[in-house]
Amino acid sequence: MAEKKKTCELFDCGHRACGGCGEALAARLVMNAAGTNTIVVAATGCMEVFSTPYPETAWKVPWIHSLFENASAVASGVEAALKKQGRTEKIVVMGGDGATFDIGMICLSGAFERGHDFAYICYDNEAYMNTGIQRSGATPYDASTTTSPAGSQSFGNRRPKKDMPAILAAHGAPYVATASIAYPADLMQKVEKAITTKGPCYVQVQVPCCTGWGFEGDQTIAIAKLAIETGLWANFEMVDGKVTKVKKVVRKPVEEYLKTQKRFRHLFKPKRQDAEIALIQAMADRNAEKYGLDIKLKKE
Amino acid sequence: MMEITEGSHAIADAVRLCRPQVVSAYPITPQTHIVEDLADFVANGRLDAEYITVDNELSALSACIGASAAGSRAYSATTSQGLALMFEACFNAAGMRLPIIMSIANRALGAPLSIWNDQQDSIALRDSGWLQFYAEDNQEATDLHFLAYKVAEDVKVQLPVFVCFDGFILSHTYEPIDMLSQEQVDKYLPNYNPAEKLDAKDPISFGMYATPDYYLEFRYEMDQAQKRAKDVIATYGKEFATMFNRDYSALVEGYRLDDAETAIVAMGSVCGTVKDAIDEMRDAGKKVGLLRIRVFRPFPSEEIAKALSGVQRVAVLDKNISLGARGGATATEVRDAMYGSTVPVKGYVLGLGGRDIRKKDIKEIVSLSEKGIGDQFYGLRKELI
Repeated sequence: MAEKKKTCELFDCGHRACGGCGEALAARLVMNAAGTNTIVVAATGCMEVFSTPYPETAWKVPWIHSLFENASAVASGVEAALKKQGRTEKIVVMGGDGATFDIGMICLSGAFERGHDFAYICYDNEAYMNTGIQRSGATPYDASTTTSPAGSQSFGNRRPKKDMPAILAAHGAPYVATASIAYPADLMQKVEKAITTKGPCYVQVQVPCCTGWGFEGDQTIAIAKLAIETGLWANFEMVDGKVTKVKKVVRKPVEEYLKTQKRFRHLFKPKRQDAEIALIQAMADRNAEKYGLDIKLKKE
Repeated sequence: MMEITEGSHAIADAVRLCRPQVVSAYPITPQTHIVEDLADFVANGRLDAEYITVDNELSALSACIGASAAGSRAYSATTSQGLALMFEACFNAAGMRLPIIMSIANRALGAPLSIWNDQQDSIALRDSGWLQFYAEDNQEATDLHFLAYKVAEDVKVQLPVFVCFDGFILSHTYEPIDMLSQEQVDKYLPNYNPAEKLDAKDPISFGMYATPDYYLEFRYEMDQAQKRAKDVIATYGKEFATMFNRDYSALVEGYRLDDAETAIVAMGSVCGTVKDAIDEMRDAGKKVGLLRIRVFRPFPSEEIAKALSGVQRVAVLDKNISLGARGGATATEVRDAMYGSTVPVKGYVLGLGGRDIRKKDIKEIVSLSEKGIGDQFYGLRKELI
């Protein structure tokens, strides 16, 4: 049994994710970091659907899915039960951005405020992919989705992404981090910290979605890396509400990231939308300013 | 030990004696006294449970789902709007076959907002897979919690249970209660030790999704479990009766029904009023009896058909209404149980939103049923409509 474990992933092969799915890769890394003494509580979403079509399951750890919006509350109950039974398993809650930013926000806020001991991993692919690419509170500015389509009167999603890490840090979460599948060692370290830090911890992982964002499945990692390199996604850690570690980059212009994905195609075709691209560049600049993303090449 | 106490206090005490490991609840009138008492028990070391003060009722039941799946006995209490907010989790808890017990202090649903009693809230969830017990008085409301855990946790059932009692009418009323001791309850109700739970040593997946190739059988199994619950209730009801002298083994209970010409069918606290009215009608020479439904799910169709086979007419009282249908849920289901019989069944929707039901109302309904008038609201204020 122990030998078998070594050759198997805890989030095992045979699931039905798309080729090049960023979320499936993230789940593998998260579970590698979490280890066998883990109970996973999942929200409804792509991950739940592609990993557990009855009677098959990709999970080699105990796993429970209840509803779309209640994973944090279910985890609260699991945690209470383990405490009462004197058990040692760690709890990892998993939800997509819809389950986290939108529909599960009340349960999530309640569980963080109460201070349950679990790690919440948000797989952020920036829209409702399971139902067919509808916008969520995590969808970035100008992304075209099926409910925020770009058209003659619209450049797509009109609002910037909700700042969930700040919201959860404001709950007094001892550890909040963002991570990327382009930096797997960093991601696993963060997950491990979230699991070993007592109290409710949050890791938001950017997981590019080839189907929803419109790119070839072999580009997933490259695009995740570009998100970091353009400053549109900041990788950082917050301990007790203070940013303690940031992934610094020599920043590239945002259009290098935007051009790779069909969800931003309308910013370049049929006509280049300089004003919109400039607005997005300004967002990356603000991220850089806020988190100190830029590597200073020359000392002043 | 006999004591005079409020319904909510007695129920909270019963829950404490059931030794739930996780209690998760959100305050809502008229359930609050129960969850306040439980918090007090935990704060003072009288109940060794994790008490989760959740952010809303959906979270309350969701936390019970997590706790129960992890192998702990879990408890919640709610009513009305709170139960409505739990709708999705109710179906989910039953589908995952988790033996959670929830006390329902029955209350009307808005709009318009009403904090007063009827039974619309739990009746609206009759298709959710939960067993539904309805108490007539506070002794029964208290005792049914012991029976509920015993039945829910049996491998032949493995379904959650609503223990329903009328909000305010029972929850806030003081009555003499014979409360069991911890020793007595421990003898009746063993610790919860499920065969399957979330456990890193033996990983299983809970709450997977099922394609059309599998879903139908899941629902069939739940329906079978509901039907098996009838015998399980009878068995554990008898065991309770043997140990404590109070018998809840029957799903329905007759009162002066044997030679009755008119049978009233009802659930909950109104049955006390009905019994008093029957006594007075009997004194006046009218042959009226009551069939009280204690267990609404599983629905005792055969028991009802048998109990009512000899009467001349049936008058069903419903503190709920399926708007746009012929009446309330009880009348509909009693009529279904009586299908093929020539006994006329008339329904009366009354008492909604806390409107009082008095003895004279029961007598008036019996008169209406004798005239063949029914399937209507009873007690409407004509000046308002």
